[in-house]
Amino acid sequence: MQKTFDIPREKMTNEELLQPGMLSCQGCGAALSMKLALKGLGERTMIVIPASCWGIIIGTYPYSTLQVPVIHVPFETAAVVASGIRAALDVRGEADITVMAWAGDGGTYDIGLQSLSGAAERNDDILYVCYDNEAYMNTGIQRSSATPPGAWTSTTPAGALKEEPKKDMEMIMLAHGVPYVASASVAYPDDLVRKFEKARNIKGTRFIHLLSSCPPGWRIDSAVSVKVTRMATQSCVFPIYEIEKGKYTVNVLPEERLPVEDYLQAQGRFREMGKEMIRAVREQVDQRWLELLARADPGKNQASFD
Amino acid sequence: MKQVIKGNIAVSHGVRLSRVKVISAYPITPQTSIVEDLSEMCATGRLDAQFIKVESEHSAMAAVVGSETAGVRSFTATSSQGLLLMHEMLHWAAGSRLPIVLTNVNRSVGPGWNIWADQTDSVSQRDTGWIQIYCESNQEVLDSVIMGYRLAEEVSLPVMVTYDAFFLSHTSEVVDIPEIEEVDAFLPAFEPRYRLDVNDPRMFGGMIGPDYFYEERFVMHKDSMEAVNVYPRICEAFEQAFGRQYDVCETYRTEDADLILVTAGTITSVSRIAVDDARKAGKKVGLMKIRMFRPVPLDRWRESLGNALRVVVVDRNISAGLGGVFASEVKSALFSLEKRPSVYSVIAGLGGRDVTPQDMSGIIEHVLAADGPGERPVFWGLKE
Repeated sequence: MQKTFDIPREKMTNEELLQPGMLSCQGCGAALSMKLALKGLGERTMIVIPASCWGIIIGTYPYSTLQVPVIHVPFETAAVVASGIRAALDVRGEADITVMAWAGDGGTYDIGLQSLSGAAERNDDILYVCYDNEAYMNTGIQRSSATPPGAWTSTTPAGALKEEPKKDMEMIMLAHGVPYVASASVAYPDDLVRKFEKARNIKGTRFIHLLSSCPPGWRIDSAVSVKVTRMATQSCVFPIYEIEKGKYTVNVLPEERLPVEDYLQAQGRFREMGKEMIRAVREQVDQRWLELLARADPGKNQASFD
Repeated sequence: MKQVIKGNIAVSHGVRLSRVKVISAYPITPQTSIVEDLSEMCATGRLDAQFIKVESEHSAMAAVVGSETAGVRSFTATSSQGLLLMHEMLHWAAGSRLPIVLTNVNRSVGPGWNIWADQTDSVSQRDTGWIQIYCESNQEVLDSVIMGYRLAEEVSLPVMVTYDAFFLSHTSEVVDIPEIEEVDAFLPAFEPRYRLDVNDPRMFGGMIGPDYFYEERFVMHKDSMEAVNVYPRICEAFEQAFGRQYDVCETYRTEDADLILVTAGTITSVSRIAVDDARKAGKKVGLMKIRMFRPVPLDRWRESLGNALRVVVVDRNISAGLGGVFASEVKSALFSLEKRPSVYSVIAGLGGRDVTPQDMSGIIEHVLAADGPGERPVFWGLKE
């Protein structure tokens, strides 16, 4: 594995803004993601949380597990409530505070896409994070438009598996002309923290897409939650990269690529997939990976795995 | 300073004079000129505010939920379909106890597309927890925005100021526009008890179980009811400062009236003419104008209407399957009286159909000749 991490582990802060007592499932990628994200952002952060697992994970009244201000908002409004807070902070002269919308894939890819598009088009000075566990996990595993093809969910059961590919959210955000788009995951914590720290210091709409493992929804053991997340990147299913002012950088380049089949077979949710579907998914993954490499390094647009 | 301005421009002056700092709105006929005028004010610096030009009314309300939670006085305006699109966020704003002021131009709800005066849009939001104030003139619109912020911030509930499409929104009237220093003396700066603050981190609007939710709603209801007592004090202070008189409801020639009309919005103005005509003809007719509709000023309605023989509620709105919404609420308010008037329900003017003084005189004659109110509303001016 080639690493391009900027923050040596020993320099990562020990300060925890995520306190014990949260209500996540064991091995929850979304919970670990928040812990790491706040290491990059620090305490001058305000968080907007729409309906999502994190609406529960944080704790119920009168308890909160986060040591920063949090506002919970209806499902489709995370980005625009963040825009409203940003406007108010600018009026108050508190321009240095980061306003972060922290939404799931349902709140980002589906019901929240309109208000996210509005905020991105205005280039409002907010950080929008999608922690993507690839289905409506909080309501008990229903398909979203971020659900990968072949994944079992309670609304795409055996015999009616989802066939459509995930929306490409990074491309959708990039098409708005925003200054920073990145993907990250808890499998590469240094990279994740670095990206939040970097995003904090960029003006305008910043978008970070986190692949966020969900043991109950993915049908995996909580002990392998981070490992399976890493396999997603090693198999090029979830490339880790960033786009700064239109310039692509692939941050994690697997030296030896893991077969897509290994990633799929590690999870119970893909167990209903037939050979044809697996082949189709592999082709999609390959194509998108090659496209990404070509964008990152236009001189090498003939790149292949051979 | 007196100027001849449209109702929508009266709104933007109210917003400017209230020193609103965040505006978020989405254009819809017949509200659009508010958005345009405020954009112009912000662009030229006449109003020092952030204007978030959102992609929908739902987002407009969501944006001001964010800005108010961060402790800054905020405003939005809409009408009809836009108000309905906000519905979810109206509940959220009230439940969050945010003193947002919204102006709504009363326009009918489609289909078919009809942009004219009708109060079905705002009456259908009566259960959202918002305080509602109905206006009859452009002066009242401007004054109600300024008083609205003071009321909202005193009781920690949002206020909707609402007025008829075109009859006010696009009709020019003489309006006395106060000086901003005078308004400053009447309306103190917004100092919320709690706000989003990195030095005092709190959580807003999160999960709340059966152990606490019920009490939260009880307190919200109690504070809403208290607005009935708070508002007259604010109106009194306003009268001292600006010389114009307002109240939770207003009566006209009701002292010895046997028949009292009940109206909201511009139908009130034509009803005054009909009342004067009826008085000239020796008929004891009066008028009660609804201003505050949520919370319902129950005692004031009972005092104003309790001694009449007949109460005639004219609704420019309809709840299909029941009839006029104001009529239903007036009946409900009067029910506990031992001796109560007969309540007649009349629907009139839906979708902007003109309601003239002659119509109101006809309604008075119709009721005086009727045997009793009957179970069903009268649909005045309905084509056969």
